[in-house]
Amino acid sequence: MNDINIIELKNITKRFPGVTALKQVNLEIIQGEVHILVGQNGAGKSSLVKLLTGIYHPDEGEIFFEGRPYEPRTTFDAFQNGIRVVHQEFNLLPYLSVAENIFFEKLPSHGGLVNYNKLYKDTESALAKVGLNISPKTRVETLGVAQMQLVEIAKAIHNESKVLIMDEPTATLTPKEISRLFEIISDLKSKGVTIIYISHHLQEIYEIGDRVTVLRNGEWVTTRPLKELMIPDLVKLMVGKEIENEYPFDDTVKVGEKIFSVENLRYRGNKHNISFTVRAGEILGISGLVGSGRTETMRAIFGADQREDGKIFLHNKEITIQSPKDAVKNGISLLTEDRKTQGVILSMNIAVNQTITALEKISKNGLLQNNTELRESEKLVRDIGIVCPSINQLVRNLSGGNQQKVVLAKWLFRDAEILIFDEPTRGIDVGARYEIYLLLWKLAALGKGIIVVSSDLDELIGICHRILVFSDGKITGEVNREEFDQERILSFAYAEYIHQNAQDLNHEIKTLN
Amino acid sequence: MKSKRSINFILQEGGIGLILIFIVIIFALTAPRFATLLNFTNIMQQISINTAISVGMTFVILLGGIDLSVGSVLALATILAGKVLITENMSIPAAVVLSALAGIGVGMLCGLFNGFVSVRWKIPPFIVTLGMMNIARGAALQISNSRTIFGFPTSFNKFGTVNLFNVLPSIFLIALALVIIGHFILKYTVFGRMIYAIGNNEEAVRLSGHNTAIYKIAAFAFCGFTVGVAAIMYMLRLNIASPILGTGFDMNAIAATVIGGTSMSGGKGSMVGTFLGACIIGVLNNGLLLIGLGDNARQIVTGFIIIFAVVIDTYRVKFANRTE
Repeated sequence: MNDINIIELKNITKRFPGVTALKQVNLEIIQGEVHILVGQNGAGKSSLVKLLTGIYHPDEGEIFFEGRPYEPRTTFDAFQNGIRVVHQEFNLLPYLSVAENIFFEKLPSHGGLVNYNKLYKDTESALAKVGLNISPKTRVETLGVAQMQLVEIAKAIHNESKVLIMDEPTATLTPKEISRLFEIISDLKSKGVTIIYISHHLQEIYEIGDRVTVLRNGEWVTTRPLKELMIPDLVKLMVGKEIENEYPFDDTVKVGEKIFSVENLRYRGNKHNISFTVRAGEILGISGLVGSGRTETMRAIFGADQREDGKIFLHNKEITIQSPKDAVKNGISLLTEDRKTQGVILSMNIAVNQTITALEKISKNGLLQNNTELRESEKLVRDIGIVCPSINQLVRNLSGGNQQKVVLAKWLFRDAEILIFDEPTRGIDVGARYEIYLLLWKLAALGKGIIVVSSDLDELIGICHRILVFSDGKITGEVNREEFDQERILSFAYAEYIHQNAQDLNHEIKTLN
Repeated sequence: MKSKRSINFILQEGGIGLILIFIVIIFALTAPRFATLLNFTNIMQQISINTAISVGMTFVILLGGIDLSVGSVLALATILAGKVLITENMSIPAAVVLSALAGIGVGMLCGLFNGFVSVRWKIPPFIVTLGMMNIARGAALQISNSRTIFGFPTSFNKFGTVNLFNVLPSIFLIALALVIIGHFILKYTVFGRMIYAIGNNEEAVRLSGHNTAIYKIAAFAFCGFTVGVAAIMYMLRLNIASPILGTGFDMNAIAATVIGGTSMSGGKGSMVGTFLGACIIGVLNNGLLLIGLGDNARQIVTGFIIIFAVVIDTYRVKFANRTE
């Protein structure tokens, strides 16, 4: 391998309100290598890709491409320079044909008319490359997820590109399709194409990778030849060792009897059944990778999405939940993962947002009692410490942390028994986080059952009594506080993805149960 | 805070009110016989029906929906109510009551249908109500054999021409009552709160534990109710029931609502605004006629005013967002 750097990142910093996505990152990508990028959720991998493709622009630092400064303003700039991406989420146009999608940027044409014969012929050869056997005329919306992924790949590779970035390309593919993809990758590599490959599947990267870069919390940790690092080494590097003491844990709160349980729940599209219990006063953590079924399970419990099977018990009595309305009526609440689209009503004020979960408390015979609402709402603002000029403030104009507190307030107003929090501190600064943790403890002290779903393992380890680990739609591990261990939890999270190590892990899980 | 709220008031309902006053002054200065009591009574009579329909339309548009069927449903309601009204062997009071119930009832049924179908099968209200527009029109023509119904009882006719204090037309008072009811529901009831909340972010409302479908269907039914009432008002005013009534009423009601500051994407707007919007359209039509513009020219000017009002509205929203 020659040692020309095709891409160099120098001291790249990218900030978002409340978060620094990348801190002073230096990175060199050698021409013609397959460079693997790993890190936990939120480590900065996706931000890095977006900087390279012109979606984000760095706040500090410089990027060099082929030795020249490189400042893409748009994805089209990146495309012109020969940098292409296979995205994790699809960018296909559902109502157009496969052929039109693949050649969208450069439809073969003659005098303004599309040359369909050539288009379909070219498409056939592009599809053959990825081993996809469908008609070029097929409409994309009729394809399955794996087929769409292959079309996306075909689209990326049919064009001459110098650098191809693949963000989790195998998430939806079968083993056969994956090995086909790897053949394509080595073929591209032999033609001199540089590949940046992002994956959670630590096993597969050894089949194709040359060097690996580990990111953690937006910081560069290391770049080494892949041969020098084994999976456990990688995991350790991804997690980091130092644990800061920013998480309150209240050991005066007594964990009581089991109050809530889920039996053999199967959310739509999952092949596994999920069962677990929650005790009074307990904070139960749910860990796992994005897409491992954490959020899906919680939404199915809450009735936000339909479930295919399973029973839910509160105080040992089965409850029927078919909609969020049923869930709320039975004393179950869900703080959703996406605050802006599912949590708050941005263009309405704080009072409206806080009271919407229990309008019967502020109304009589269908008539709103404005004074009661004012009083209750101001009390919530005080209790929770929402920083705002008045309860008439539109939620849109609050900071992320305060918006999240408004969502917490609306569930406190409801007096639920079981409170599920999906990513309660995502995108929130440290100060507000701490206050949110204290609120969780206040609820626990009242004997509520608390479930916290989070991608932030430090957070879960910091505040939970117990952690369940999801992997590919299955609970692969259950760890009690005294046995909390980052590496162990992470290996559970990867369990269903690392088939090689499956036996060891199974053994471990058995000894646990 | 107080001053900000009052700024917002001027920017919203107040702003539309100012535009209305401005237009009235212009016409008072330029149009002969515009600023007379008789003419104001005239205007009130002319805007009554559109006002009544716009009340319901505001509910539907606040939810991010639309109802294109109001004109046809109005025609169908007049036909059914008219048939009942001219039934022989019935005392006049009984006939009037039953006739009103029939007209309002069929309006509500059509609204329920619109709401139910669009919620149950997740079909855009635009499509469902477009279908209803044809269904109701066809039904009205079929039931009436394409004939106009007339010969209503004289006391019925009389009520339609009564003016309170010689100024306020009876049907205008009915429309005003609907505006007040609509305003009350939107401002002071749980139902009204839900309309705004769903119009802004339906998913968040659903995930707060509410059955949003019920409220959406209810809003369409309420729109149907106001159309039914408007149908009776029409019969009071014209003393006929006809299957070809109401063409263009949908667009007038939508225009009044939008000029009144209600956002087509839902969640923002007010009943007072809608009422002022209906007044603006009515005053324009009347004033432009009095200064001697023909039908065609009036239509052109009205069209421009609608666009102009909405353009102004986008600036208002931008400015209001900045002052919050």
